[in-house]
Amino acid sequence: MHRVRVVVAKPGLDGHDRGAKVVARALRDAGMEVIYTGLRQTPEAIVRTALEEGADAIGLSLLSGAHMELVPRVLKLLDESDAADMPVFCGGIIPPQDARQLVDLGVLRVFTSRDSLEDIIDWARATLRPLEVTE
Amino acid sequence: MTGVTGRPLRDVLDSARQGDIRALARLMARAENHALTESDLDAAAAPDLDASAPPGQPARAGTVIGLTGPPGVGKSTFVSCLVAEYRRRGNRVAVLCFDPSSPLTGGALLGDRIRMQEHSDDPGVYIRSVSSRGHLGGLSATARPMISLLSQVGFDVILIETVGAGQSEVEIASVADRTLVVLAPGAGDGIQMAKAGVLEIADVYVVNKADQPGVHAMVRELRAMVELGRRHVPIVTTTASRREGAAEVIAALTTD
Repeated sequence: MHRVRVVVAKPGLDGHDRGAKVVARALRDAGMEVIYTGLRQTPEAIVRTALEEGADAIGLSLLSGAHMELVPRVLKLLDESDAADMPVFCGGIIPPQDARQLVDLGVLRVFTSRDSLEDIIDWARATLRPLEVTE
Repeated sequence: MTGVTGRPLRDVLDSARQGDIRALARLMARAENHALTESDLDAAAAPDLDASAPPGQPARAGTVIGLTGPPGVGKSTFVSCLVAEYRRRGNRVAVLCFDPSSPLTGGALLGDRIRMQEHSDDPGVYIRSVSSRGHLGGLSATARPMISLLSQVGFDVILIETVGAGQSEVEIASVADRTLVVLAPGAGDGIQMAKAGVLEIADVYVVNKADQPGVHAMVRELRAMVELGRRHVPIVTTTASRREGAAEVIAALTTD
């Protein structure tokens, strides 16, 4: 059975990954394969990880306020790697005007603390699809 | 046959050999999902065989090293040390790390990469996390084609980290050229040691967390057990968190 593979990553320097871990677990419980990278990852390392793992999506968790630097950098690196089609979603402390801007740049969805885990799971189930592999 | 992007398998393999990670990842996904078998790979490889290679032997094949042992002994951290040491020696390294799937939902949280972060932007290292997808034995149902693929695209060393294993997950010994059993002090007494299973498949015992109390007692018990057996199995102590011991383990793997 083909399963959706999601890389959950924390770019930048903030040191709290409880939110990322909770989301990672929720996606696992939704039947997905979640690759968790740990804290303090560079955009370069996250993109390389997603490519190596054959990820169907990247989930970025940011609490540091550096999202307008780090998220566009991930998108740019994906583009440069010929992988602009890889869905990216974000969560964390992201003001609504920034969220809109990130969506304009190509982020599929931005979640905040107003969204429940069920919201995230429902969205992921409806949106993310496993890589096509022809038999 | 055609490949993932409509290209022949041989072309996609060539891209993967030349360092196209996305091509390799797609082939790995196909292998993982039963869509690329060992015979597909053999067929694609056949004309590339080196004329000087013995019949039936690929011209080039990486060394497959398996690592198994109970959960929490530091397998991932030690794998990271081994990767660093092989890289220092100029080898290209692939790592396959297996973690268990949830028996309830089939999902999986794959976290071995957390201990291997230092290699995440090294183009000479390829790391792939794999869910066991309900397979018992420490690997997954399609581990073999995934390993063959890594060997065929030219990695010199392929490290396979099993699901944290107990006393009977011995499948790794049948897919790896050499098997390391990683242990740490405090993991069971002499009776546990004498039980059949994981301990019997070791080519080298790695006693990790050598900075912790109890390491000497553990080495003593292992040595007593080895002396009862028919073959000599080296015992090496390591402290992976301080990056100590990888070179010694590689020496033990290659000298006996």
